[in-house]
Amino acid sequence: MAELWDGLREAIRLVIEGDATIREVALRTILVSGSATVLSLLVGVPLGYVLARGQFPGRNLALSMVNTGMGMPPVVVGLVVWLMLVRSGPFGGLELIYTRRAMVIAQFIIALPLVAGFTAASIQALPRELPDLLATLGAGRVRTLWLLVREAHLGLLAAVMAGFGAVVSEVGASMAVGGNIKGETRVLTTAIVTETSRGETASAIALGLILLAMAFSVNLALTVVQQRRRT
Amino acid sequence: MLKFATPPLARWAPAVLAAFALLFAIACSDSDSEKDPDPEKDTRIGGSMILATTTSTQDSGLLDVLVPAFKEATGVEVKVIAVGTGAALEMAGKGDADAVLTHAPASEKKYVDSGDLVEGKLVMHNDFIIVGPPSDPARIKGLKDLNAAMKAVAGTGPFISRGDDSGTHKKELELWKAAGVDLATVKSREETGQGMGATLNIANERNGYALTDRATYLSLKKNLNLEILFEGAKPLLNIYHVFLVSPTKHTGVKEPQGRAFVEFMVAARTQELIGAFGKDKFGEPLFVPDAGKSEDQLGQ
Repeated sequence: MAELWDGLREAIRLVIEGDATIREVALRTILVSGSATVLSLLVGVPLGYVLARGQFPGRNLALSMVNTGMGMPPVVVGLVVWLMLVRSGPFGGLELIYTRRAMVIAQFIIALPLVAGFTAASIQALPRELPDLLATLGAGRVRTLWLLVREAHLGLLAAVMAGFGAVVSEVGASMAVGGNIKGETRVLTTAIVTETSRGETASAIALGLILLAMAFSVNLALTVVQQRRRT
Repeated sequence: MLKFATPPLARWAPAVLAAFALLFAIACSDSDSEKDPDPEKDTRIGGSMILATTTSTQDSGLLDVLVPAFKEATGVEVKVIAVGTGAALEMAGKGDADAVLTHAPASEKKYVDSGDLVEGKLVMHNDFIIVGPPSDPARIKGLKDLNAAMKAVAGTGPFISRGDDSGTHKKELELWKAAGVDLATVKSREETGQGMGATLNIANERNGYALTDRATYLSLKKNLNLEILFEGAKPLLNIYHVFLVSPTKHTGVKEPQGRAFVEFMVAARTQELIGAFGKDKFGEPLFVPDAGKSEDQLGQ
């Protein structure tokens, strides 16, 4: 219990004094997880739309796969991406293993089903006749997608939060494909693992609190945007 | 008539996306800039390499001292992948690393024989110790015979094992075997499958015995109610070797960087750093530098 308070005090001290290493690790965490989230939005939103509105054979199968993917253990994704990117793997020649790019790829795969799944659910919650209505009003395909996405923004922001929340807090995949290399691929979660195994409980807790604060700020910002229209 | 009132997402999305795209560009370009050759440093080797090693070298903080020193000397960026010795050797066997720093001579030999590891050098040693609760239910404190101690622990337990194919786990299995103890008969032997730090924490909670390297124990001691109950026998030597992963067998290996690291580890200045490491924090060094010695000379 004393460690928890020590950790809290340590966290406050680190934040106030602006510890350079921690700032760097926190910034890297946002960069990597933010990039992965954006990529997953670019792919996941259109994918979710197609799943929600498209009519093609195997749609239910595809939806089920996406829904299963929403609960996929990150460590499994990490293992598979590691096997792909490691030097003796099929994409070893790209020299991506143990880089931030590899981490972005793994986190993208983790976030994608979440974003696609939330998008599909929120688009499906819109009135069924809306696309036809928009079409009769003269909206083209792209414009229809954009207008629907706009209408579904509550659910979509939930998708962003779920995606970002999942990747910023996962440790297994980042550890496997990033390697937790100091100054290069060490992010908040893997730094917590390192500090814990070194017995530096207080700084592990401090890092945990910083991670929590970061996730909270991002979600707070998104929630403010999400709820703005309701007031 | 539908009305698309105040579209917050539409207003924010482009800005947010642009911001993140910028972040992404920074995130990616960063890793490139490190590879850029610096004209002032072009006499040095530069580039990067992968070192597969055991958790103890990282958790003790030793590599946090050595890796920057190596970078300064050669310009080479070392990507330290700290896993168990078994996993580190496995990486070498597939050519997924350029050099390894491990502590399981018997297992290392297999990879030397298969031609995966070359140019091996003895770097340093410390020792394994048996730690346990101060109450010492197996009464091993003061025993002189390691086999007798192992037998006594087997009779009472609990014994908390790494169970992760690490060098420490391999050593533990060796010790049971040497003492003639059948693993299945060890009372309350549990495998954590985790690193040394986590395993010591579990042993602490369970009032159990554990085999640990001295460096990790010393660095975690302040959080543990575990004492050193057996130490000093020759089989408990914990010997670290560094190897180059064979560039002829595995063509992807970065030979100049890997070889430079092997040579760096046994260089006089590095050996001094190793010998001094830990003195300020623990009052005693965590490792004994051994470059140039033979294994038989150790622990005299």
